[in-house]
Amino acid sequence: MAEAVQKPNPTEEMIATLEMPSAGWSVAARQNALTRLRATGLPQRRDEYWKYTRPDTLIQPVAEPAAVFENDEAQLFDDVDRLKIVFVDGTFDADASDDLALDGITIDRLEQTDADLHWARDLYGTLEQNGQTPVARPLAALNTAFASDGVLIHVTSTPSKPVSIIYRHASTTSDAILHHFVKVDSGAELTLLENGPAAARLNKVMEIDVADDAAFHHVRAQGRDHERRAATHIFARLGARSLFKSFTVTVNGVMTRNDCIIELTGDDASAHVAGACVGDGAFHHDDTVFVTHDAVNCESRQVFKKVLRNGATGVFQGKILVKAGAQKTDGYQISQSLLLDEDSQFLAKPELEIYADDVACSHGSTSGAIDEEALFYLRARGVSKNEATDLLTLSFLAEAVEEIAQESLRDQINGRLASWLGRRSD
Amino acid sequence: MDTITLNEQSGVKDGVDQDTVDAVREVGGKYKHGWSTDIEMDYAPKGLTPDIVRLISKNNDEPEWLTEWRLAAYDRWLTKTEPTWAMVDYPEIDFQDQYYYARPKSMAVKPKSLDEVDPKLLATYAKLGIPLKEQMILAGIEGAENAPAEGRKVAVDAVFDSVSLGTTFQDELKKAGVIFCSISEAVREHPELVKKYLGTVVPVNDNFYATLNSAVFSDGSFVYVPPGVRCPMELSTYFRINAENTGQFERTLIIADKGSYVSYLEGCTAPQRDESQLHAAVVEIIIEEDAEVKYSTVQNWYPGDENGKGGIYNFVTKRADCRGDRAKVMWTQVETGSAVTWKYPSCILRGDDSQGEFYSIAIANNMQQADTGTKMIHLGKRTKSRIVSKGISAGKAQNTYRGLVSMHPKAKESRNYTQCDSLLIGSECGAHTVPYIEVKNNSSRVEHEATTSKVDDDQLFYCRSRGMDEEEAVALVVNGFCKDVLQALPMEFAMEAQALVAISLEGSVG
Repeated sequence: MAEAVQKPNPTEEMIATLEMPSAGWSVAARQNALTRLRATGLPQRRDEYWKYTRPDTLIQPVAEPAAVFENDEAQLFDDVDRLKIVFVDGTFDADASDDLALDGITIDRLEQTDADLHWARDLYGTLEQNGQTPVARPLAALNTAFASDGVLIHVTSTPSKPVSIIYRHASTTSDAILHHFVKVDSGAELTLLENGPAAARLNKVMEIDVADDAAFHHVRAQGRDHERRAATHIFARLGARSLFKSFTVTVNGVMTRNDCIIELTGDDASAHVAGACVGDGAFHHDDTVFVTHDAVNCESRQVFKKVLRNGATGVFQGKILVKAGAQKTDGYQISQSLLLDEDSQFLAKPELEIYADDVACSHGSTSGAIDEEALFYLRARGVSKNEATDLLTLSFLAEAVEEIAQESLRDQINGRLASWLGRRSD
Repeated sequence: MDTITLNEQSGVKDGVDQDTVDAVREVGGKYKHGWSTDIEMDYAPKGLTPDIVRLISKNNDEPEWLTEWRLAAYDRWLTKTEPTWAMVDYPEIDFQDQYYYARPKSMAVKPKSLDEVDPKLLATYAKLGIPLKEQMILAGIEGAENAPAEGRKVAVDAVFDSVSLGTTFQDELKKAGVIFCSISEAVREHPELVKKYLGTVVPVNDNFYATLNSAVFSDGSFVYVPPGVRCPMELSTYFRINAENTGQFERTLIIADKGSYVSYLEGCTAPQRDESQLHAAVVEIIIEEDAEVKYSTVQNWYPGDENGKGGIYNFVTKRADCRGDRAKVMWTQVETGSAVTWKYPSCILRGDDSQGEFYSIAIANNMQQADTGTKMIHLGKRTKSRIVSKGISAGKAQNTYRGLVSMHPKAKESRNYTQCDSLLIGSECGAHTVPYIEVKNNSSRVEHEATTSKVDDDQLFYCRSRGMDEEEAVALVVNGFCKDVLQALPMEFAMEAQALVAISLEGSVG
């Protein structure tokens, strides 16, 4: 009798292409993550959590190639005094990086810490694991199991300058899996910058443990390579009176899925997550945010703005979950899209799930074209149509950019957005 | 409209006349429709088989095509699974442990007119305050005869378990060309209309419960308003579940032909029983060019007791299809009853410049669970929709708004505005919002706003300092919260709804 034809299992096919380190402190955590991945399987088209984004190219065993985008622009944050850590196609570049030493913090690389004991041993993968309920995030579990490298940053007191991770893309077929862990001790503060396209395909997880009274600032610019794909996850846990601020700007990229999972576990904590994106043509950008309030008197804010043209697609899935007992919660969420032409689309699912009565939670979502009256006003004052459109676009994005606490970084992002918008042909 | 309170001591509030207060006080108390009528019934055997489907069809004297239609739906149903995505949780339903057809014995031979109907049945409706006499009175509220009548008439179709008892004002409606009767009568008298429209808005295989309904629907109302006719009175159907272990599967079909107008009201109650009962209805509305339909529901099925025992499972598919240009539909619902509600009255805005509106108040108290909302599918150009949803949770209840606004690429210059607000009373309940927004063209504008908050302490304090007790104060504040929706209801329903808001929240404070 002929054997039944086995349907290929995409999860096992993917696992077969990947390699897990056989020794070191992270092995147990990686094995656990692999078990989680096998239990849920990789995301499929029909998964509710992937309703508006097709996971196909993110889960296929071999990444689609992506051309390297050549341009003459100065690198973002170049004039910021910072500690640089450079990855090229997911591989650490020691020559391009600074010495990984800075007062107040220790920086180790995931790949190099093969000793059995490390501060990250009992933390690596724990926030990711925590973030698997109520919604499974298999790509993050896959990352924990198979990450080839990443940085482990332990912040014991506030360093003098930001840490900056730069991702360069050099090979058209690169497929990178990076996993960072940031632990900010009580009372300390860190600013982390990230920029660059990373690889043809990037799967990145960053776990951030913010202790009581600590603060974490994050400004990220995802690279402009048109054909690159990225699936990123941020998992953050916030202690009492802590502050978490994350801002992401995305311009171009054929596929971007950014998940941000935040849990406020200590009273009086505050979490802000914001995103501005500008997309053209085949651009597909998905922001999926899940904020859990599990403590009293916390505040959270989600601000997402998307400018879409020439058939670009913007997706926003945001959720505020207020657990029973998380009284005095102040939750806010706004997602807006500006559609610059008839072909672009915006798909949103802004959710609230609330089990406490003394809360003020709201969300808003809008979608529409550029305001013709405002455009007319500017045109009547001699501003060209393109310039006027750019001005209105920048003002539309401003609310998200405002979420960056440091003024100098805010100005950099605004300046860059203006110049990117101006370069219409790119 | 002035807000009415149930204050015994303070007497009549300024600007509210005594009659109104009395009328509202009348409906006060616990679930007041929980009594049952002791009457001999004919049941189909328990369970669901093709034979039961045939039996229901035969009892309704249906033509063969409809029997076949039902049997095809039954086959489809066997292949479907119950939806699990709603935020509701209830024990598994044994679909073979139900009666799918129950008819009072006296209805075996169809009475020629309401005068011939068993007095016990008529008394049931009298007790519910539903006017089956053709007289000018307000529907829905006992004692409302005393309220100032404006000479408005309401025609009523009374459905008792699986059969329609009769329909009032049929002659007068006929003069205007309006057909208003039970769906079983329509199948006999107007088969061409039923055949043309049945299942065209909610297809047989639409979802698990709609498919089940297509197989076993027993009775419900049929409305046809011919071109250019403004229906001379409000039409109303009153559904009563009485028999034990019996599901009610009503089917309503409303057709508003070109340029016509009709306002339709729907009310429902059931006795208080320890066993949960199933209610799976389908409502289809077809609206042609320039026509307008208003559909209002006050859903007050038995909600179960405070421990979650008993109550109706209300799994309903309601959809309106604006087929012609400038067609207009307005759904208004006040959902206070049922143990579990799963209901999404939707609008397909196919015609250019067509409009859909959805106004909803959903109140869940004790162990009730409500997952309700709407879908606005914009297909035509310059279509407009508006959603106003107010969800109130108290006790240990869970209340979810779930909705979809979809702007298709061809729906140029369309517009949607959505507002959903949730109010939480007590720390053990939940309020959730799950909207889906899909915008596929840039000339349309979509706005969605949602808030969740608790009853404002300042407002409560203000009411308390004026001598109201806490429950009255909450009822007043909640009524204010719901005002936008209450105002969209026809007057008769608005009064009932306002009183219901107060009753449903009883025991939720403190």
